Amino acid sequence: MDVLMLSRLQFAAATVFHFLFVPLTLGLSVLIAIMETVYVKTGDEEYRRMARFWGKILVINFAVGVVTGITLEFQFGTNWSRYSRYVGDLFGSLLAIEATLAFFLESTFLAVWVFGWKRLSPRLHALCIWLVALASNLSALWILIANAWMQHPVGYVLRNGRAELKDFLAVVTQPFAYQIFMHTIFGAYILTGFFVMGVSAYHLLRRQHTTFFSKSFRLALGMALIFSLGELFQGHFHAEEVARIQPAKLAAMESFWETRAEAPEFLFLIPDVKNERNLMEFGRLPGVLSLLAFDSTEATVKGLKDFPPEDRPPVTVTFVAFRVMVGLGFLFALLTLVGWFKRNKLESSPCFLKVMLYAIPLPYVALEAGWIVTEVGRQPWIVYGLMRTGAAVSPIAASQVAVSLAAFIVVYGLLGGVAFYLIAKQARRGPEPAPAAAAGGEG
Amino acid sequence: MLGAIWFFLWGILWAVYFMLDGFDLGAGVMLPFLAKSETERKLVYRAMGPFWDGNEVWLITAGGVTFAAFPTTYAVMFSGLYSALMLILFALILRGVSFAFRNEVDHPGWKRLWDCCLIGGSFFPALLLGVAFANIFRGLPIDGAGVYQGGLLTLINPYGLAGGVLFLLLFLVHGSLWLAIKTEGPLKRRAAAMAARLWWPLLLVAALFLFASLRATTLFDNYRSYPALLLIPALAVAALILVYLFIRRGAWWRAWFASCATIAGVTLFGVVGLFPRLLPSSIDPAYSLTIANSTSSPLTLKIMLGVALTFVPIVIAYQVWVHFLFKDKAKEEDLAGEGGY
Repeated sequence: MDVLMLSRLQFAAATVFHFLFVPLTLGLSVLIAIMETVYVKTGDEEYRRMARFWGKILVINFAVGVVTGITLEFQFGTNWSRYSRYVGDLFGSLLAIEATLAFFLESTFLAVWVFGWKRLSPRLHALCIWLVALASNLSALWILIANAWMQHPVGYVLRNGRAELKDFLAVVTQPFAYQIFMHTIFGAYILTGFFVMGVSAYHLLRRQHTTFFSKSFRLALGMALIFSLGELFQGHFHAEEVARIQPAKLAAMESFWETRAEAPEFLFLIPDVKNERNLMEFGRLPGVLSLLAFDSTEATVKGLKDFPPEDRPPVTVTFVAFRVMVGLGFLFALLTLVGWFKRNKLESSPCFLKVMLYAIPLPYVALEAGWIVTEVGRQPWIVYGLMRTGAAVSPIAASQVAVSLAAFIVVYGLLGGVAFYLIAKQARRGPEPAPAAAAGGEG
Repeated sequence: MLGAIWFFLWGILWAVYFMLDGFDLGAGVMLPFLAKSETERKLVYRAMGPFWDGNEVWLITAGGVTFAAFPTTYAVMFSGLYSALMLILFALILRGVSFAFRNEVDHPGWKRLWDCCLIGGSFFPALLLGVAFANIFRGLPIDGAGVYQGGLLTLINPYGLAGGVLFLLLFLVHGSLWLAIKTEGPLKRRAAAMAARLWWPLLLVAALFLFASLRATTLFDNYRSYPALLLIPALAVAALILVYLFIRRGAWWRAWFASCATIAGVTLFGVVGLFPRLLPSSIDPAYSLTIANSTSSPLTLKIMLGVALTFVPIVIAYQVWVHFLFKDKAKEEDLAGEGGY
């Protein structure tokens, strides 16, 4: 394998792994902040115990997210040095701003939150976790502004043999960035909701800590319901934006070959990339793709054949990942709607609880699939229309990357295993005993 | 002008990173030498617990600023030092999670595993950061196209190794002093004695490094042109001597601040000597990456300057607040219950 393929695999492995941990941090920090605020407002000790119980999971999850994030920032330099040199003027500054605005806040105040239970007033302590929640979501915003720029470069000028910043506001306010941001954040909140519901379901099925986990479940259900429904609409607008600015990606997402007006959507199809067609199509919905992509059944949708082969993204991967994401998105909305009607009789709905327990991995799959659509669908470009991925890779020896890729696989594999074990262990252990039985008091 | 401002901010950011993460890297390496029981080991972790992650963000920021202000340097430096950087990153990964993972399972073998990760994960970054920076001071084999013409072994040369040992010793003294501040009883006494004992080898290596810099690098060119700048290495040496004097008087906080000044002095000595080069080429000085050929556009530098001048003071303010909040020593009663991970 050449250095390009190895570097792509390494970056993909590092990003996919990193993103197993990021969404839970984004959502759980918010959920814990809400729990602790309820405690501060009402004095209900149970909410304090909830914040502490879910907080332990947050800390383990956060640790892995942080350490695997550092490698991502540095890999732009180690493996994508030509990219860094070409767009660093613009892209690098977004990363530096992310670190200055968000990472410091996040890391510093999570430590204060963890170590400060007895040192801060409950109000100030709750403020700390709000700052963590704000900072982690803020960091998502900045990194997604950077990603949106790779999807749709704006506000730059080609000068001195590189892309230089021309209009900072255009970069940080481009609508596509906020589409990606909302889509990602909604996904993270869905994932968190399902995670908390699933863990709660585990305990409710065993009829232990029932009030504690019923409350947790309902709180998480509220979060997951709102954002599952929201994501259906947001996802539609997001895809419309993709159709407008990345037509080749849209065509790959739909495995759509021939340009035409009144483009149909198929419930089921199998791409046949070699022959530039679909092997089979089933469940034809006339004009629906045009309608979804451009708000009109008459609109013309560009097919893959209109793009030279060297400008097309890998079709099968993009298509399958998109279908998986959308299918799961509908499933999440359905499950949370069912949950809404069962919210007051959870303990007498063992089947539903079991489904929710086994549903924990599904949002993870959906979110990773979404990123595969975004990133694989952007190929062969690293910056859409501006720089090809092949031109971005570092002039380094493939052997170096082979060694580091092997190290990534081993270290991340072990790390993932340990993190999974620890989170599962903490989740199964359940909350600390109620304060009547506990020793330490309130600071 | 903007380029020069960012050059020095770049140097200062690295200095701040070494100053802050230096103490927890050093204390991490010192774990097996100072802590003799499980309680003492927990106290060492507790002494770093509220701070280490905030310290490490300075590394991310230093990296990010290199990327933002000097993208070409970032590209050449990070791809050129590929294997060394990967080693540092893997070390930092294992080290970082050991804080959160160690106390999750109550089994001696489990704890030993994460102790090893902390020790190794602190040792290698301390050493390799020194090796990397000494090699930058010395110059890297960069050709006219900005491609690094060496390997991992290129970095293993006497001057590079001296830099590695220098950083390691600086951080070990720094971390020992931190533990002398943050602990009490036998652990504190051992940490204090260790700082005093390591000071002599540190002095020796620092002197060696300074003289080797005369021969192996062109850092002194700037100092010859502007002798007043020699104040910087002089202050670093003075701070190092102050470390010793404060250790003898048992003034741990002062010794630690003097140690901060030493670390910052060593870093800035190199940075000022490099000016205006960020990455000298050992093949041909004309291939060096300098402010002139590797900075970002003035617009980016201006925006970044605005961001830095607004937010870095805020960051410093709340990080100082955290130090006041956790200003007391790590105590046994903090270890149970709601005091930590």
